[in-house]
Amino acid sequence: MAFVPYRPIPVALAISLGAAVWALVLVGWMWLTYGGRVPEMFLPAPGKVLMTAGRLIADGSLMMHTAASAQVVLVGFVISSIVAVPLGLYMGTYKAVQAALDPLVNFIRYLPVTSFVPLFILWIGIGIEQRVSVIIFGTFFQQLVMIADAARSVPRDLVNAAYTLGTKRSTTVRHIVFPASLPAVLDILRVTVGWAWTYLVVAELVAAKSGLGYISLKAMRGFQVDIIFLAIAMIGILGLITDQGFRLLRRFVAPWAV
Amino acid sequence: MTQSADIAVSSVTLRYGSGEKTVLALDGLSLDVKPNEFAVIVGPSGCGKSSLLYLIAGLEDRTGGAITVGGQSVDGPGPDRGMVFQSYTLFPWLTVAQNVAYGPRRRGLGEDERNRLVRHYLAEVGLAGFADHYPAQLSGGMKQRVAIARALANDPAVLLMDEPFGALDSQTRHAMQRLLLRVWDHSQKTVLFVTHDIEEAILLADRVFVMSGRPGQIRKVLSVDFPRPRLGDIVLDPAFIAMKREIMGLLRADEEGED
Ligand SMILES: Nc1ncnc2c1ncn2[C@@H]1O[C@H](COP(=O)(O)OP(=O)(O)OP(=O)(O)O)[C@@H](O)[C@H]1O
Ligand SMILES: [Mg+2]
Repeated sequence: MAFVPYRPIPVALAISLGAAVWALVLVGWMWLTYGGRVPEMFLPAPGKVLMTAGRLIADGSLMMHTAASAQVVLVGFVISSIVAVPLGLYMGTYKAVQAALDPLVNFIRYLPVTSFVPLFILWIGIGIEQRVSVIIFGTFFQQLVMIADAARSVPRDLVNAAYTLGTKRSTTVRHIVFPASLPAVLDILRVTVGWAWTYLVVAELVAAKSGLGYISLKAMRGFQVDIIFLAIAMIGILGLITDQGFRLLRRFVAPWAV
Repeated sequence: MTQSADIAVSSVTLRYGSGEKTVLALDGLSLDVKPNEFAVIVGPSGCGKSSLLYLIAGLEDRTGGAITVGGQSVDGPGPDRGMVFQSYTLFPWLTVAQNVAYGPRRRGLGEDERNRLVRHYLAEVGLAGFADHYPAQLSGGMKQRVAIARALANDPAVLLMDEPFGALDSQTRHAMQRLLLRVWDHSQKTVLFVTHDIEEAILLADRVFVMSGRPGQIRKVLSVDFPRPRLGDIVLDPAFIAMKREIMGLLRADEEGED
């Protein structure tokens, strides 16, 4: 039953499967740490990480650093998306826009973000703008290419049908391309917001005074592996939350798409 | 309601692509469809039937020749030429009612008028109870019925139909043919209908245009004079069978001529 290709499975089974894999990871972690198989300096025990979490929640610093990181990621992601969504839709719809942008975008897209960090610091300094720039740089070009693809794959006859119903060519993007690619666009935003989180530590690598990336770098110097684990866990949890947020949003604004 | 218009296609040529890979799809094709007429095109696969409809709709640019609809030269697509496509082209983000109201909305009609049109045309195609469904929740035959209602609600002068029932099973197909004839009878639009199915052609048409293989031309025009309504067992009528045989012969001659 559970192994028929593409067949949906009961919700309860889905949840237990997900929980089982998590449990397996936790058990493995406990086996390594409580069993004394790995020195605590490299891998803290789950209890230690929880205790550290309690301590940092109590003194408010975990909240503060998490908020600082979330701000960087969300500001960068929102700015990037606001430009990439319309531009990508036009790029996928109009060959001239594609011809103009494709060569540059595909050149920049493959450059490692880290190589631009020194430039950003030189140009924008070491404030939040620099961190936000790293996030934008990491997500914008990927978003652009993927959204253009989504717009390109709108069925041609959907657009043709719209023309025969009186849609003007100048409003095609607004009336047809945008709604037709909306589910795909939301999926792309969901995937790329995850990528934005992965650039966070790069963004906070240099000259940050707060944030989850910053505390893990500081913890590394003090051999506080538990804090590094905590920061990683927080980034993971926030990523999970934004991911679920976009899934909900998609169900809400694009209920027609399954 | 818009007056139904005539379609005049004269010496139309269509060439796809350029250089080595060029395809001559239509070569000097001419045909005329009268106002209110139900004209059906049959022809071998790839002979350019869809291409011809796309040209009349203005969705494709002709290489040569002239096309007029209601005396106006065709230059790009417009709401005066409604089209029902072979593929499903309902807007998936709109409900059935919103799909039907799409054209009227583009024309700037008010909400009351739009609702009236939606009610009228959904009743006409027998889908009054599905106004709030999304296209993904409909069967293939229902989708094409909504597509017909959507095209008609926009009050075009001519209705172009590209094998709209091609993907349906024969029972649904027959029901759709009866429905289309009833709707045509009420609306008195000019219809240009493409099909692979010879029986369907004779059941529906005032005149059947038989096309030759690529590059497409009109090989023969047959007037179908069976009285309407043409009921189920008319397909057993010797005159019906004779006409069917003639069209099959015309199409087969073409296949043999090709290779
Ligand atoms: N966009 C295109 N580019 C190049 N060639 C095309 C294009 N569209 C159609 N053709 C060619 O033009 C010819 C006519 O195509 P068309 O789709 O009009 O045929 P058809 O009669 O509708 O065929 P069918 O009965 O299979 O639907 C075919 O040989 C096809 O390969
Ligand atoms: Mg075709």
